[in-house]
Amino acid sequence: MKEKLLDIRDEYLSFFTPAGEIKALNGVSFSMDEGEVLGIVGESGSGKSVTAYSIMGLTAYPGRLVSGSIRFNGHEVEKMSEKELRKMRGNEVSIIFQDPMTSLNPVYTIGNQIEEVILLHTDKTREEAKKRAKELLELVGINEPERRLKQYPHELSGGMRQRVMISIALACEPKLLIADEPTTALDVTIQAQILELMKELRSKLDMSIIMITHDLGVVASMCEKIAVMYAGHIVEYGTADEIFYEPGHEYTKGLIKSIPKLNSSEPERLVPIEGQPVDLLNPPKGCPFAPRCGSCMKICLREMPEKTELSETHYSYCWLHRKAEFEKGGGAE
Amino acid sequence: MGKYIVKRVGMGLLSIFVVATLTFFLMNMVPGGPFVAEKSISKAAQEALASKYGLDKPIMERYFTYITDFVKGDMGYSLRQRGRTVSDIIFSKFPVSAGLAGVAVAVALCVGIPLGCLSAYHRGKFGDRFIIVLATCGIAIPSFISSVVLLYTFGSRLNLLPTIGLNTFKSYIMPVTALAIYPAAYITRLMRSSLLDVMGQDYIRTAKAKGLAGFKVMFKHALRNAILPVVTYVGPMLAGLMTGSFIVEKIFTIPGLGREFVSSITNRDYTMIMGTTIILATLIIVANVIVDILYKIIDPRINLK
Repeated sequence: MKEKLLDIRDEYLSFFTPAGEIKALNGVSFSMDEGEVLGIVGESGSGKSVTAYSIMGLTAYPGRLVSGSIRFNGHEVEKMSEKELRKMRGNEVSIIFQDPMTSLNPVYTIGNQIEEVILLHTDKTREEAKKRAKELLELVGINEPERRLKQYPHELSGGMRQRVMISIALACEPKLLIADEPTTALDVTIQAQILELMKELRSKLDMSIIMITHDLGVVASMCEKIAVMYAGHIVEYGTADEIFYEPGHEYTKGLIKSIPKLNSSEPERLVPIEGQPVDLLNPPKGCPFAPRCGSCMKICLREMPEKTELSETHYSYCWLHRKAEFEKGGGAE
Repeated sequence: MGKYIVKRVGMGLLSIFVVATLTFFLMNMVPGGPFVAEKSISKAAQEALASKYGLDKPIMERYFTYITDFVKGDMGYSLRQRGRTVSDIIFSKFPVSAGLAGVAVAVALCVGIPLGCLSAYHRGKFGDRFIIVLATCGIAIPSFISSVVLLYTFGSRLNLLPTIGLNTFKSYIMPVTALAIYPAAYITRLMRSSLLDVMGQDYIRTAKAKGLAGFKVMFKHALRNAILPVVTYVGPMLAGLMTGSFIVEKIFTIPGLGREFVSSITNRDYTMIMGTTIILATLIIVANVIVDILYKIIDPRINLK
C-alpha cells in the first residue's frame, strides 16, 4: 500500500484553561493520499482549525496533544522537537489563514515577507529569493509584481493580500496546503476568484489541500473527500458525492438542509439546526449531537456511537444505522 | 513631511506662547513677591528694587514688555541671582542636566526593552515573574530613596564611587542609576504588555507558520510593532528628565537645572519661572514632533498630515 501523506489516528487534544480542561479533539482519525483535496466542515468550535494546526505543531497555548498519533510525510509530528517542526513548517506544510487583512505584518513590505520564507528554507541568495518572490506573485495572479514587492500590506486590497498569503504558503512548494477558511473574510466575487486560483494552482503544482470551511458550497466545488466535524469528533467522512447525496449522520443532514436553495419555486424557510453547540468543558456522555438531534434515541444519550462503514470510502458515527437491529432485538428502547 | 514639520513648528510656537501667557498671569496671582521674604530690606529699598525690575508697573504692561523682549531673545535678569541673566543661568546649567538625562534614558532603554522582551518571551514562567517583581519595585521606589541607598552603599560604605558632582566618568554612575530606575522599570512593563498584545496578532501566527524561530518571530515581527508605546512614552519623559531632577541633583550635588525649577518658584523669581517653564514646554513640544516622525519611520501605515 502506498504511504499516506497524512495519517491521523485517535487524536485527543485539550486546552488546559483555569476553568478546566476543554476537550477540543476527542479521537479524531483520518488519512489523506498525496494530491487529494479534503474538506473539513463543521461549525465554529468543532475542532476544524485545531486539527489542522496540530499537523503543523502549532497548537496554541494552553492546548496540548493528549494522545494519538499524527504521521505526516514520513514524520511523527507528535514526537518532533520544536526545531524539527520549524524546518517542516512553511516548507513541507503551509497554511493560509482566514483573515488576510490581519495576517500580514503591517510594518514590512510584501517582498520582505515572501522572501523571508524562501531564505529560511532554501539556500537561495537574496537576489534569487527576490526573483522567486516575483515569480510567485505572477503565479497567484498579481499584476505589476515588481512594484507590489515594494509595497506594504495596507496598500493592497483584501483579495490581493490573500493572494500574497497564498504565494507565501506556496513559496517552498509544500506537499500539503492547509487553507483555514481562506475565503470567509472576502467579498463574494473575490471568494470565487480565490477558489478558482486555488483549484488552478492545485492542478499545476500537484499538492494536497485541506480546506477548512463552514461553507458547504466551497467544499462541494473543491473537495474530493469531506470530513464533517462536530464537538471534536469526525462524525462523518466520505466522498463529496456520498456526503451530499447520501448523508449518513443527522448533523450532516441538518447542515445540508440549512443551505438556501436557489431553484425552488415556492418561498421556503431555511431549516436551522436547533439548540446550542456542545459545551466542551463538559461534553455529554453519549453522541455529542444527541441533544440537538431530531431522531435521538435513548442509547444516543448514553453511549458514543460506533463507527459504521457505509461504503469503502464512507463512514459515520450514528446509532441510527443500527436502529432496525435494535428494534428487532429490542436492544434499544 | 517637510510641510508637516513646518506646520508642527508653527503649532509649537503657538503652544509656547499660550504656556508663557498662562504662566505669566498665574505666577503673578500667587501672593508674595521676589523681595518680600527678605526682612532686612527696608520698604524704600523694596520699592526701589521693584521699580528697577519694572515690577511696579501694571501687569498688562509688564506682560507686553516681557513678550516683546522674549521675542527679541531677551529673557531678562534673574530677580534673585543678581547680575545674571536668565538665559545665562539656563545655558550654563541645562547642558549638565541634559547630558545626565541623555545617559539615563539611554540606560533605561537598554535595560527596559530587553527585559520587557525577555519577560514577554517567558510569559508566566519564573523569569517573567522575577522581572515583573523587579519592575514593580523600580516603579514603586521613589528616587530619593534609591539615591540615598546608592549614596550610602557605594559612596559611603564601600567607598567605590564619588558622591559629589559630575567630574569623572565614575561620578555619573550613581545619579544615572537613580534617574534611570523608574523609566527602565516603566519601559519594561510597557514593552512586556505591548509585546504580549502583539504576540496575539494574526501576523505573528503567520510568522510562526512560516517556520521562523521563536526569537526571530519576536525580534523581527513583534518588536517593531510593539515598540510604538515605548516611543510615545520616551519622548516626553526625555524632555522631563532633561530639564533636571530636583531630588537627584540635590542629593548628588549636581549643578543642573532641576534645582532652579523649584527654587525659582519658592523665591518668586518671576523671570526664572518664565524661563524654566518655557524651556520645559519647548522640549516637550520638540520631543513630540520627533516621536511623530519616528512613528512614521516605524509604521508605514501612519500618515503624517
